[in-house]
Amino acid sequence: GSITTADGSALVKLGNTTVICGVKAELAAPAVDSANKGYIVPNVELPSLCAERFRSGPPGEEAQAASQFIADVIENSQMIVKEDLCIANGKLAWVLYCDIICLDYDGNLLDASVFALLAALKNVQLPLVTINEETGLSEVNFKQKNPLIIRKHPVATSFAIFDDTLLIVDPTAEEEDLATGTVTIVTDEEGRLCSVHKPGGSPLTGAKLQDCISRAITRHKEVKKLIDKVIKSITPK
Amino acid sequence: SVSPGDTSVLAGLYGPGEAKVSKELPDRAALEVLLRPKVGLPGVLERSREQLLRQTCEAVILGVLHPRTAISLVLQVLSDAGSLLSCCLNAACMALLDAGLPLTTLFCGVTCALQPDGTILLDPTARQEQEARATLTFAIASRERKVLMATTKGSCSVEEMQQCLATAQRAADTIFQFYRDSVRRRYSKS
Repeated sequence: GSITTADGSALVKLGNTTVICGVKAELAAPAVDSANKGYIVPNVELPSLCAERFRSGPPGEEAQAASQFIADVIENSQMIVKEDLCIANGKLAWVLYCDIICLDYDGNLLDASVFALLAALKNVQLPLVTINEETGLSEVNFKQKNPLIIRKHPVATSFAIFDDTLLIVDPTAEEEDLATGTVTIVTDEEGRLCSVHKPGGSPLTGAKLQDCISRAITRHKEVKKLIDKVIKSITPK
Repeated sequence: SVSPGDTSVLAGLYGPGEAKVSKELPDRAALEVLLRPKVGLPGVLERSREQLLRQTCEAVILGVLHPRTAISLVLQVLSDAGSLLSCCLNAACMALLDAGLPLTTLFCGVTCALQPDGTILLDPTARQEQEARATLTFAIASRERKVLMATTKGSCSVEEMQQCLATAQRAADTIFQFYRDSVRRRYSKS
């Protein structure tokens, strides 16, 4: 991956928008009410270096809303099933901290974040962890590494809406500022909708929304091919 | 205050009033939405909901009539028994109506839950939402029933989404009639 110290990472450039995602895996005890589930904690950061509108300090609304969106995409698409992250029921589970940091903001943050997350997770290699029956302690075997089981591959497609009629795919920052609304559609490889995210903005008819969804499904195929090609090219033979 | 079933949200609208220099916009009113949960401090989920509500309201409020002012919408969750986001949307619209702010269109919030067997449930309870395969929330505008805001939880097929949207658009008629009746009742006494 792009970050050598991370368990999995990816750098994505969509036009000028540059997003890097690093995944770190740690061990923790699972929650009491879901003893067979691990955790995935996404965090989107928009540091002040990526665009002048972001100030340093606590995360602003856009970063928090993006973090919530990524958490929803992971949950809705079931790309990683939390049960797969469990090592020993009630005792030990993996926690995947996914840090998505924007290095250059030129619009369409959500699409780039979802791609970076997907590519980074495909890149993750987790060491084998066993629990010693006698001592009850965990033993980590760094020599044996397994990739994560990724069940679905969600891809986000964002559109900028202008005056209820015009739709532009993959808007730049300038187009986003002038747009009267945005729509983000997340689809998986079966053509199912994982998320329709239209946070207000000018109203759309059902037909226009359907148009967006069809284009999102077409775009999914192209993006999936690209991700597969890149992952294949870096896998050591 | 709006309560469908047991979910209850109190909305307070303040404005258009004077805006802080750092927040004022030169050509339109600056809208701020604060969503306070029933227990605990507002977290990332509230922030994301605030963004949804703010952008929905910004699309309908004629902000250009009140430049350099601030409009503040505060929503307090009194009880949550499912369909919270659509309850917040309805409360926000009624607060806008009550304040007499100039709007291009009214909007209402409708939540649809897709059961595992394929049936569509409107305004699900918390339990129904948990059991559902997918929960979709739409903000439907009163003009031509267009979609102002859409958000989904869980995955569904495209046809199912279209069906839910059509159902939500039909349900919107009932909610708009309720708005009319409430406003009529409020102004008929005075």
